[in-house]
Amino acid sequence: MIVVKSKRQIWLSALGIAGLVGMVTAAIIVYEPAIPPVARPSPSSFEVAEVKRGAELASIGDCVVCHSTDGGRPFAGSKALPTPFGTLYSDNITPDETTGIGNWSFAAFQRAMTRGVARDGSHLYPALPYEHFTHVDDADLQAIYAFLMTREPVKEVQPPNDLLPGLGFRPLLAGWKFLFLRKTAFVQDKTQNNEWNRGKYLVEGLGHCGGCHTPRNLLGAEEHGSDLAGGVAEGWIAPALDASNPSASRWDQASLFDYLKNGIAGAHSAAGGPMGPVAEGLSEVDDADVRAISTYIASRMKPAATPSAKTNANPAKAEGTTASKAATRTPASDAAKLFAGACGGCHMSGAPMETAGRPPLSVVSDLKMDDPRNAIKVVLGGITPAAGHGPYMPGFADALTDQQIADLLAYARSRFTDAPTWPDLAAKVSVIRKEDAK
Amino acid sequence: MTISLDVNGERHTVTASPDTPLLYVLRDDLQLNAAKYGCGLGQCGACTVHVDGNAVFSCLTPVAATVGRRVTTLEGLGTAEKPGILQQAFIDEQAAQCGYCIAGMIMRAQSLLSYNPSPSDEEIRQHMQPNLCRCGTHYRIIRAIKRASAVLANHQNKGDAT
Amino acid sequence: MTPSSHLPVTRRNFLGGAGIVVAFSLAGMSTARGAATGEAEPSGTGAVSVLPDDLQPFPYLDSWIRIDADGKAQVFTGKVELGQGIMTALLQVAAEELDMPPNLVSIVTADTTRTPDEGLTAASHSMQYGGPALRLAAANVRMLLLRTAASMLGVADTEVSTMGDGTIRASNGRSIPYGAVAASLSLHVEAVADAPLRQPKSYRSIGQSLPRLDIPGKVTGGASFIQDMRLPGMLHARVIRAPSEGMKLALPPRAEIEAIPGLHAFVQQGDFAAVVCEREWDAVSIMRQLMANPSQRQDENLPVGDIASILKPLPAKDYVIEKVSHPTAKPVKRLEARYTRPWYSHGSIGPSCAIAQMVDGELTVWSHSQGIFDVKRVASSLVGMPEDKVHAIHVQGAGCYGQNGADDAAADAALIAHLLPGRPVRLQWMREQEFGWEPLGAGMVTEAVAELDASNRIVTWNYDVWSPPHNTRPTTANGVLAGWEVTPAFPPAEKIPIPMPAGDGSRNSNPLYALPNMDVNFHFISNGPFRSSAMRSLGGHLNVFSIESMFDELAKAAATDPLDLRLDHMEDARARAVMMAGAEAFRWKTRRKESKFHGFGMGFARYKNLGAYCSVFLEISVEQNTGAITVLRAQTAVDCGEVVNPDGVRNQVEGGLIQSLSWCTREAMSYDTQRRTSFDWSSYPILRFQSVPIDIRVDVLPKPGEPFLGVAEASQGPTSAALANALADATGLRFRDMPLTPEKLRRALITL
Ligand code: FES
Ligand code: FES
Repeated sequence: MIVVKSKRQIWLSALGIAGLVGMVTAAIIVYEPAIPPVARPSPSSFEVAEVKRGAELASIGDCVVCHSTDGGRPFAGSKALPTPFGTLYSDNITPDETTGIGNWSFAAFQRAMTRGVARDGSHLYPALPYEHFTHVDDADLQAIYAFLMTREPVKEVQPPNDLLPGLGFRPLLAGWKFLFLRKTAFVQDKTQNNEWNRGKYLVEGLGHCGGCHTPRNLLGAEEHGSDLAGGVAEGWIAPALDASNPSASRWDQASLFDYLKNGIAGAHSAAGGPMGPVAEGLSEVDDADVRAISTYIASRMKPAATPSAKTNANPAKAEGTTASKAATRTPASDAAKLFAGACGGCHMSGAPMETAGRPPLSVVSDLKMDDPRNAIKVVLGGITPAAGHGPYMPGFADALTDQQIADLLAYARSRFTDAPTWPDLAAKVSVIRKEDAK
Repeated sequence: MTISLDVNGERHTVTASPDTPLLYVLRDDLQLNAAKYGCGLGQCGACTVHVDGNAVFSCLTPVAATVGRRVTTLEGLGTAEKPGILQQAFIDEQAAQCGYCIAGMIMRAQSLLSYNPSPSDEEIRQHMQPNLCRCGTHYRIIRAIKRASAVLANHQNKGDAT
Repeated sequence: MTPSSHLPVTRRNFLGGAGIVVAFSLAGMSTARGAATGEAEPSGTGAVSVLPDDLQPFPYLDSWIRIDADGKAQVFTGKVELGQGIMTALLQVAAEELDMPPNLVSIVTADTTRTPDEGLTAASHSMQYGGPALRLAAANVRMLLLRTAASMLGVADTEVSTMGDGTIRASNGRSIPYGAVAASLSLHVEAVADAPLRQPKSYRSIGQSLPRLDIPGKVTGGASFIQDMRLPGMLHARVIRAPSEGMKLALPPRAEIEAIPGLHAFVQQGDFAAVVCEREWDAVSIMRQLMANPSQRQDENLPVGDIASILKPLPAKDYVIEKVSHPTAKPVKRLEARYTRPWYSHGSIGPSCAIAQMVDGELTVWSHSQGIFDVKRVASSLVGMPEDKVHAIHVQGAGCYGQNGADDAAADAALIAHLLPGRPVRLQWMREQEFGWEPLGAGMVTEAVAELDASNRIVTWNYDVWSPPHNTRPTTANGVLAGWEVTPAFPPAEKIPIPMPAGDGSRNSNPLYALPNMDVNFHFISNGPFRSSAMRSLGGHLNVFSIESMFDELAKAAATDPLDLRLDHMEDARARAVMMAGAEAFRWKTRRKESKFHGFGMGFARYKNLGAYCSVFLEISVEQNTGAITVLRAQTAVDCGEVVNPDGVRNQVEGGLIQSLSWCTREAMSYDTQRRTSFDWSSYPILRFQSVPIDIRVDVLPKPGEPFLGVAEASQGPTSAALANALADATGLRFRDMPLTPEKLRRALITL
């Protein structure tokens, strides 16, 4: 879903151009036939094992995040996906026959997933990351289909999309697809082991990690050849998942596994922003698949090193906080004092978060990035685990002014990293605060 | 160092290290009881006060950060003799068991009613989510907020909005 | 009176003001109730001719009640307000028997120099035992007032009556206010058992929902809590301990610590250490700075794994709880099940706090402990001072629900004050200290085997419960953290379970149902992996959960309605009435499952088989894809005997219900081999607003003239059971291991 939202903004901006191109050159592919409706398959017609596998795959794909509203029924859609070009509402993918996908055959489902065409032949907005799903095996699609068709049907009609004039004309989408949708099957790399290949398959396919973590070209498509080199999602920076990541040297398969499975790794960050729901989805997934994903990503971040599960020393301890370095308790600068009062309760050495092994700020990647965006967003909005447990941080938007947040971050950056100072921080805080308020 | 604060519409001068969380200044220097220490981590809301009209965790707001801003505590909403609308609603619903969470609850609720005077049940639950109560007084707290909301609506109808 | 008005401003001032009372009460001390009565049921015979249990050691009326010349009454109780509204309810009882308007009555709660020692405020005993004592004392006072008034008015005893407004009127029309009568009456006389009680039909206070006395202060920022108490010259302390029980923190040399700016004093005795500062934030900051030092586990590693495999192999002392055998028809069905619950945190919203001051060779401790007289005994043994030089005064704290850190914090503060005489010292534990060190509600395992005959009668009931202690309440320094840390240490006392009928881990393990063959056994594990002690309803929580779950499992096997199966096996008329009243209000008989993951469940228990009867009915829906439970409707019916304050009872039952839902659906102390890893509300989540039932109703059955029955813990067991039963109804699956988290439910439901 990360993918989806970030992409949405960019592809919509490209939509006009792409649409034009499409109109002219690709009129021929605009037309897609409707696939005849079927009677809703009986839930008992699916194998339990297949449904279970489908559930895990759906969690890897994070379907539920885009296809449910806050507090609404899962998979019933209607989630507002705001874009600069208007608002899209996600579809109901429960097996309700009139408002959901209850009368979709597997063929219809498969076409939607891999080619972005609804059962009735209309083109789907690429909010659905079908360019990733083209890589997904039929067997896996079958399992996801089995999973969705065995959900409780929910009758729910999503509000009509509210796009700028003209953009609601779906045949335009054919042009976009013509330019950017490449149907490719997943190819095994024989030089790598099964786990790695499994990881690559999940990362590139269902997991659609590139949707957020890959930069996009002017027309809003993922840049070919820069895959996983870093992108954006819901106003957050999705860091590079390759060697260019400033913390790449400290991630390995074991810590990635912890992070993806639990939303937190002791020697690294906690999952915030749009990554929170991703980790939450992965917590429901079989360890082997999460390990495969970790193995693949670890190899991308550290191509030379062999992915190994070396133990995770807590760098807070390694750095050796000597509490008996006593006499410096009173913080020196104004910013240091602000930090002590606002952040110290959790992030001072000896604070409960640290003695409990939560990531110290000295390892948190948001502070190391060239762009302060994520750090600002976390301080403004905090981290709230949707499931009610797991790493939590309160937001400071109401408590602190833009300048105060800027001072805090500047201080934290200088105290916990060797990176150069961030320029124009207060102005950036103010911009992001306004974005978030929307 | 000397810090000048605007609390409940009054100016106060305290001598405190600027990093001191507002909570401790309110409690120990200004002798205001309402804001409570519950966790010091921004997780329970027992310390909730308003800064410039927004509900914030006073346990994580350094006192220096409130200079030049308006701080309101539960004491600023009314007194036992002359309770504010929400306070009276909490009394009417007997919405307290131990009561330790209640000051924070009222301040959190007040921030809701100030921008949404007639919230739905779901909006109330959603808005109150940051504040914890261990005694299980939640249901009465929801009722008290609804009662206050009804009183507000009544005042509005009579044109004497406060 | 408001709670703040009994917060003494200085000790000197309060001793001065209460000198007379001190003298009276010290007379009573010689016959004080023995220490450490724990939570056991009092052993009184219950015969009408003897005084109520709490009155026996303190028979003098002036230990309980004083009437001033201005006609106002002051009532003294050894029970304390924990947020359960007891202060208001006891005041109502006193006002009723004194036949005075409640606003002319004020109440003083546990204070070792002023009030009778009524033991702990726990186990839902306050109304059940504290109520009758105060009631009879007040009835005695009214009787004496009437007699004295009669002679003052020159009429016969039978010619006078109280009017409910604090006056006594004679049949000849003359009247006289209480104050005038009291002035010529000594209350230093012993109570008699047969003083006439007021009758239900003429009640003026009992049965009224008198608004709680403490609420106005609490909603307006009054000085309601010990945390709000400020004494002149008060210092702030933080105690320094490793992050978790079982670990030890390495501290830098004393000189280095003493050089930290902002420190007033570093207090150390053996392994006990605390920092004391003029300013609270300095104390917090310095404590944190010291906490950055490494900690090491001292005790053996914690066992990890499922709770049954942890607990069952531990050495246990076995107790037979119930053994009955009668010939029955042949069993045709047999069910076996194991139920568990994890370790729970009390999770008080306000971490424990205490204030202590050592002045002129006397030590005073202010604490929110449930056992204020034990606070005094603990402190006196810890610091080695005679008991008559140590005073303890109760001041309200946040809700505690049992033995949380309150007693430890009180002992910590006493020790600090003793080592640092002069100024008062306020100690508050930090959130993470409460999670890391408080005694937990014990993790437990039960196993039940039940057999049904061909006509769906339960013919066999075999039941075993394994549990670490639920009562390690301190009575000397050997029961508190500081006592184990000082040199020489006070080695922990041997742990002994609370005997039946109250019970410990065994509480409520003996079903109230009439079953022909029962074999109920309690396996008391004196040394569990964690420190554990009393938490609301003790073992009753899991025992009721298990019994009531098993009843539903049996009903399913027998294909009968779960309510019918219960009624078929219940002979106690009041129990039946409570079940039927709840069912009626809930419309149980006409319930209809509306969708696949929607269902209904009930649970019932009589708390301890001695206290209030409570039935709980729930309607729920479960979201298959997330495992989230929505409680759509909760209905409970309660019989707690004579109801003093109906709204107070409703508040307690409702609160217990929500708390029990939280225990049952999300709570568990997490840990690894080294330490407790729950240290905050993100690692120990409790129920928040969005999970509160959509609708809650509590019906309190009127029982005029019946004895008071403790009610504060009555809904804990039945609610968790009703939830498990509703889940089984909604999903077809039986969940037996708490907590029933969304993750667990999702995993089980996702392929259904
Ligand atoms: S004390 Fe501030 S949020 Fe808990
Ligand atoms: S009333 Fe006790 S914590 Fe809310």
